[in-house]
Amino acid sequence: MSLAACLDRLARLGRFLWSAWAGLAGLCLIAALWQAGHEAYGDFVLTAPLDTIAAAARLLRDGTAQELLALTTRRALTGFALCAVAGTLAGVAAGYSPATLRLSRPVLTLLLGVPPIAWIVLAMIWFGPSDTTVAAVILISSTPVVFVGAVEGVVTRDRGLDDMARVFGAGPLRRFLFVSARQISAQLFPALILALGSAFKVAIMAELLANAGGIGGALARARAMLDIAEALAWVILAVAALIVVEYVLIRPVRAELERWREAAAPWGVKR
Amino acid sequence: MGRQAMNLLEMDRIGHSFFGRTVLAGISLAIEPGQIVALVGPSGSGKSTLAHIAAGLVPPREGRITRRYARHAMVFQEPRLLPWATAAGNIGFPLRLTRAPRRDRAGMIRTAALRAGLLAEDLTKYPSELSGGMRQRAAIARALVTEPDFIYFDEPFTALDIALKRRMQDLVIEAAAKARFAALFITHDLSEAIRISHRILVLDPHGQGIAGERQLPGAPGSRDDQTVFTLRQHCLNDDPLFAHIDDIDERLRP
Repeated sequence: MSLAACLDRLARLGRFLWSAWAGLAGLCLIAALWQAGHEAYGDFVLTAPLDTIAAAARLLRDGTAQELLALTTRRALTGFALCAVAGTLAGVAAGYSPATLRLSRPVLTLLLGVPPIAWIVLAMIWFGPSDTTVAAVILISSTPVVFVGAVEGVVTRDRGLDDMARVFGAGPLRRFLFVSARQISAQLFPALILALGSAFKVAIMAELLANAGGIGGALARARAMLDIAEALAWVILAVAALIVVEYVLIRPVRAELERWREAAAPWGVKR
Repeated sequence: MGRQAMNLLEMDRIGHSFFGRTVLAGISLAIEPGQIVALVGPSGSGKSTLAHIAAGLVPPREGRITRRYARHAMVFQEPRLLPWATAAGNIGFPLRLTRAPRRDRAGMIRTAALRAGLLAEDLTKYPSELSGGMRQRAAIARALVTEPDFIYFDEPFTALDIALKRRMQDLVIEAAAKARFAALFITHDLSEAIRISHRILVLDPHGQGIAGERQLPGAPGSRDDQTVFTLRQHCLNDDPLFAHIDDIDERLRP
C-alpha cells in the first residue's frame, strides 16, 4: 500500500476517533437526565449514575462479570451469525426471484407478527434452557430484518450497471460479485446493525426468561434481590458489550466498503 | 463471400417487440472495419434498442446477427460508472473482466485516460467528485482501455451542453483515427452524425427497416463547421430521406 493510502486511512481513523466527542456529549446528556431522575425519586428507584458505574466496575473487578458477558456475547453473536447468513442468502435469492419474493412476503408478515416472547416460550419447550434456545429465538426474530435489507438491496440496484458489466463481458457470477454485491451491501449493513442490536436484546430476554445464565440470569437475580444498582450496572455492561461488538465487527467493514460515500459528502459534513 | 466476409458486424432482418408491440422489423445493416456508422432517427424509433440488440444486451425476436470483431465496448447515454470505484477503478473495470495482467493495468488505464482527456490527478477521484463531462470522459476511457475493434455509442453526448458535446465528438474522432476501431454511433442529432461518421443510416420513423443511407464525403475529422452546416442544410431541405427526422412526437406513438 502506498504512503498516500496509509495517510488517508490514518486521517479517516483520526476523524472517526475525534467524532467520539459528539457521542460522549450525548452520553453526558443522558447521564444528566438520569441524575435529575435520581435526585427526584431517590436511591431506591433510580441509583445515581456514578454509583451505577461504580457497581459495574465492582462487578468487573469480581471477575464473574467477564464470564457472564462473554457467555451472553457468544450466544448473541452465534444467533446473529446464523441470522445474517440465513437472512442474506434467502434475501438475495428472493430478490432475484419475484415468485419467491411473493411467496415469502406472507411468511415474513407472520414471523414479524409473532412477538419474540412467544418464540422464547416455544424454544424453551423445544430445547430447554440452553444456548440453542437463545440462538433459535435470535434466528427467528432477527432474520426478517436482514432478509428485507437484502431484498431491498437486490431490487433497488442499478440495472444499468448490470448491462454495462454485461457489455464488457461479465458473466452472471462476476456481475453479481463485481457489481451487485456492493450495491446490496449498502442496503444490508443498516439491517445487520439493527439485527445485531436486537440479537443482544433477545439474547438477554431469553436468558432471563429461560433461566439460562448469562447477563439475563444476573438481571433476574438482581431483580429477585431488589438490587437496583446491580440491575442498572448489568444493563450498562450489556449496552457496552453491544457497542464494542458493533464498532469492532461491523463499522470497520462498512467504513471500508463505503469510502466513496464519504468522498461524495459535502465538505462541511465530512468534518 | 469476399467483401461480405470483411464486415465486422452484420445484422440480417432483425425484428423486436416489447409486450407484443413491434418496435423494430426487417433491419439489415453491415459495418466494415475502421468505419464509423451513424444511425439517426427520431426519438422513439427504436435506435437504442437496435444498438442493445447488436451488442447482445437484448436478444432479438427475429433475425440473425454476425459479429466478426474480437472485442466490443459500449459508451452509454449515462456514464454508468461504479460509484464505489475511483475513476481509475472504473476505467480498469474491463481489464479486470478480460483478466489483463495486473502489472500492465496501470499503464493501460493511464493511456486510455489520456486519450479521453482525463488528467492523472482525476484518476484517484470517485465519480461523485467528477463533473458530468469528466464522468463521460471516464466512460469513454473505459470503452477504449481494452483496445476494442468495435465500439457502440448509444447517444453518448445527449445529456451534455453544446460546447462539451463538440469536445467529446472531437475526442471520439481522434481516438477512432488513432485506434482504428469501427463504431455504431446512435444519435438523433444530425450535425453530430455528420461530424463523426463515414456513413449515415436513417432508421424508419416506425422502426420498419432502414429507410436509407448516405455516404459522407471525406474522412470524419476533415469536415469543418461550414461543411457540416452545409451538409446538414442540404440533408434537411433537399433530401427526402431526412424529412421526418425531427418532426416526430413520441407521445403520439401507440
